[in-house]
Amino acid sequence: MEWEVVIGLETHAQLQTKTKIFSGASTAFGAEPNTQACEVSIALPGVLPVLNKEAVQCAIKFGLAVNAEIAPRSVFARKNYFYPDLPKGYQISQYELPVVGKGAVTIQVPAAGKNAAYEKVINITRAHLEEDAGKSVHGAVEGMSGIDLNRAGTPLLEIVTEPDMRSAAEAVAYAKQLHELVQWIGICDGNMQEGSFRCDVNVSVRKKGSEKLGTRREIKNLNSFKFMQQAIEYETNWQIETLEDGGTIQQATILFNPDTGETRAMRSKEEANDYRYFPDPDLLPLEVTEADKAAVRANMPELPEAMKARFEAQYALSGYDASALTTSRALADYFVAAVDAGAEAKQAANWVMGSVSAKLNAEDKAIHDSPVSASQLAQLLKRIADATISNNAAKQVFEAMWAGEADVDVIIEAKGLKQVSDTGAIEAIINEVLAANSAMVEEYKAGKEKAFNALVGQAMKASKGKANPAQVNDMLKKKLTA
Amino acid sequence: MINSSLKQLGDMLQTKKISSVELTQSFLSRISEYNPAINAYIALDEAKTLAQAKAADALIASGSALPLTGIPIAQKDIFCAKGWQTTCGSKMLANFIAPYDAQVISQFDAVGAVNLGKTNMDEFAMGSSNETSYFGGVKNPWDFDRVPGGSSGGSAAAVAARLCAAATGTDTGGSIRQPASLCGLTGLKPTYGVVSRYGMIAFASSLDQAGPMAKSAEDCALMMNVMAGFDERDSTSLQREKEDYTRDLNKPLHGLRIGLPKEFFAEGLDANVGNVIEGAIAEYKKLGAEIVEISLPNTGLSIPVYYVLAPAEASSNLSRYDGVRYGHRAAEYTDLMDMYCKSRAEGFGAEVKRRILIGTYVLSAGYYDAYYLKAQQIRRLIAQDFIEAFKQCDVIMGPAAPSTAFKAGEKVDDPVAMYLQDIYTISTNLAGLPGMSVPAGFSAGSDGKALPVGLQIIGNYFDEARMLNVAHQYQQVTDWHTRMPELKASGDLA
Repeated sequence: MEWEVVIGLETHAQLQTKTKIFSGASTAFGAEPNTQACEVSIALPGVLPVLNKEAVQCAIKFGLAVNAEIAPRSVFARKNYFYPDLPKGYQISQYELPVVGKGAVTIQVPAAGKNAAYEKVINITRAHLEEDAGKSVHGAVEGMSGIDLNRAGTPLLEIVTEPDMRSAAEAVAYAKQLHELVQWIGICDGNMQEGSFRCDVNVSVRKKGSEKLGTRREIKNLNSFKFMQQAIEYETNWQIETLEDGGTIQQATILFNPDTGETRAMRSKEEANDYRYFPDPDLLPLEVTEADKAAVRANMPELPEAMKARFEAQYALSGYDASALTTSRALADYFVAAVDAGAEAKQAANWVMGSVSAKLNAEDKAIHDSPVSASQLAQLLKRIADATISNNAAKQVFEAMWAGEADVDVIIEAKGLKQVSDTGAIEAIINEVLAANSAMVEEYKAGKEKAFNALVGQAMKASKGKANPAQVNDMLKKKLTA
Repeated sequence: MINSSLKQLGDMLQTKKISSVELTQSFLSRISEYNPAINAYIALDEAKTLAQAKAADALIASGSALPLTGIPIAQKDIFCAKGWQTTCGSKMLANFIAPYDAQVISQFDAVGAVNLGKTNMDEFAMGSSNETSYFGGVKNPWDFDRVPGGSSGGSAAAVAARLCAAATGTDTGGSIRQPASLCGLTGLKPTYGVVSRYGMIAFASSLDQAGPMAKSAEDCALMMNVMAGFDERDSTSLQREKEDYTRDLNKPLHGLRIGLPKEFFAEGLDANVGNVIEGAIAEYKKLGAEIVEISLPNTGLSIPVYYVLAPAEASSNLSRYDGVRYGHRAAEYTDLMDMYCKSRAEGFGAEVKRRILIGTYVLSAGYYDAYYLKAQQIRRLIAQDFIEAFKQCDVIMGPAAPSTAFKAGEKVDDPVAMYLQDIYTISTNLAGLPGMSVPAGFSAGSDGKALPVGLQIIGNYFDEARMLNVAHQYQQVTDWHTRMPELKASGDLA
């Protein structure tokens, strides 16, 4: 019997607002403990929350980006539980009426093994605003636990999907796409190490063809795509084995241990809290008008889909190229910057997706860390276009630039890569080549086209690769047909 | 002087017949004489108080005095005041020194009023007799055997005993009006959202509202001019034009339509109290008012609805008192859960625990719909009753409390009897409407002592100026509000 895994994600994206969701305290990461905890963050007696409008704009932005319904009226609720890092004894969240309703994200699942790449629509159930908790700090003082409330009240958007994913690969593709999207629209910095983007993954298995969902277990707080992939694969196998051995799955919250590559239950459903949600009487319902939406829409960056279409039209790129360049905003920005700095579009696209991406991948760098800036790349491509250097020579220049040398022309000069375009010099080389390879000339004249290429090769070799290949071609053709 | 109105005191200060320091000192000396017996104050800080008085005198000397500049005001201990012990009547916060000012405190500071001290109250404002205070009960200045009402019992006793010029209170279900009634003063609970709740320790957020407790309607109007106003730090604060609450005080009442809800004069009302209220209504008729009989059919549901909603909100509001960051923490505990349990078991009193339990229960999975949600629905019906009633009348009148002050200890073992003290006041909190209590006469207690009776005036939303006018006109033709109890000094009690 074949099994099918069913996956849904809940993602907490920390919103890039200057201040907390319900107070004026700063949200900057990494400050000394409790230096960004104002009277509201500490939950002193008598303090009250005031909603940060910037956080609402971020939520609307996200809703628009995934074509979701944005609730004209949504409600903040209190989720009640005791924990030392939760200063009020309740978290302000949204429960019955979230600000963002149903939407969708189209993901590209990459090819794997014999399976080709494919597209899939993942439905978004909802996205709601809530505040983050503080952090427990263990061991700063011997035998004691401390509380750092700097993070308490940081705005989060919790994005919940339908159980639409059917493999770890799909879940990771969705998470990556979402990760890119929230950064693209500028609502989240996407820093997974600092916890700005955290995923909880609900995993269940069922017999293929079954309509009924299996009992799910929730893997909490995955902060890397690699761990997500491993955790889902491990968990899926564990659930299948458990069921095949005649066992049952208990609903549970589980943690993934990256060191062992295993998942383990943190608490079962029986131990789950009754959160006693009720509307927060300190906050009025959140009203979002058409005008609010229009104002956010007016400030929305161009979304990936629209940008892809524009790249195809404006730069005459193929659908494949346009799609690849718009997988990330930073990559697209880099490409556009190179074109704006004078690079030819198709060539820029090839280089960005080719040499630049290959180097970045090899060194595990992001595009904004590229040692070769977009304008430097444009300089290089201009030297190809104006025939100063050949494509092959350009690769050497690129390597030098990557290694830290800045000026394209200085590198070309220093390495002696300048292409020979002087007709006299090229003619001299060709004459030598023709004289030395009379056999090939005969073959060509006898109708062997291949011989022509060999002659070009010889000429290029004789010029130590510096001759302008187009000129060599032209001149050789003229000589041979003369 | 201690019996002077706020306006008279302001005139004396500004014409320099007296300095704020002198005035403040005379109240402080009365406090040291009478407070040990009455226990109206939890915290006093002479140095801070006199420093404020001095600053007020400087303000007056510079010619930039405002109506309340230099006047000593008592603050209910529910308001955070920077550097002051702020306990909310609880052991839980007995050691808490507020590091910031409530908006109400800032507003009084801004006009140069003097903070005379923090007044006693029922623990977390839960109670109708001031007997749930960790800092001990408060004596009713009219009869030391009796309670002053609650939860603003300390403020009420302080005003009645003339231990301050005026005081602040808060009212979640009647906590300004019932003690005002039992102590013979004028108290106003404004429309929900008129006075900022920022820095006012929350009991039930959707019902809590601060207001003045003073000797007269005119004093209340002057206090309202300071307390009312939009505050961006309170999302439920209403963005409205500043208004002058004294503006309509002198309007004649001819043609005023007074609605008398039949439910307020039914079973449960003390006959003597009823007679006093009828006497007050007769006075209003003489002033040219018309009487309209109205009905508030859901009045009987207001107490059950309140005792679902207020505890629900309180159970959540009081979760922050966990012993982690401030407030009481048990001396010994084995682990985190033990620390929570012990700290809260030791820090909260019985009534607070009762309400946390009720509130937790009504919000629990499986009970939420039957209790919390149903109560919210009935709350809307209760508000609708008032909307209908105000189509027929301009103000609604009735008793503020079903009886005069009762004896200390009389109801402590019967929470429901205690809850019934608020039968006439709770519905206005549920509806968010403004309500007042105005001294309307006296009724002899069981031992023959005359005890004050309060007339309740309920107005439509934002109709505080009209209510103050209605009360002020009555106070022009009656003198109940000028009566003050004869006090025994603390020394005499021993």
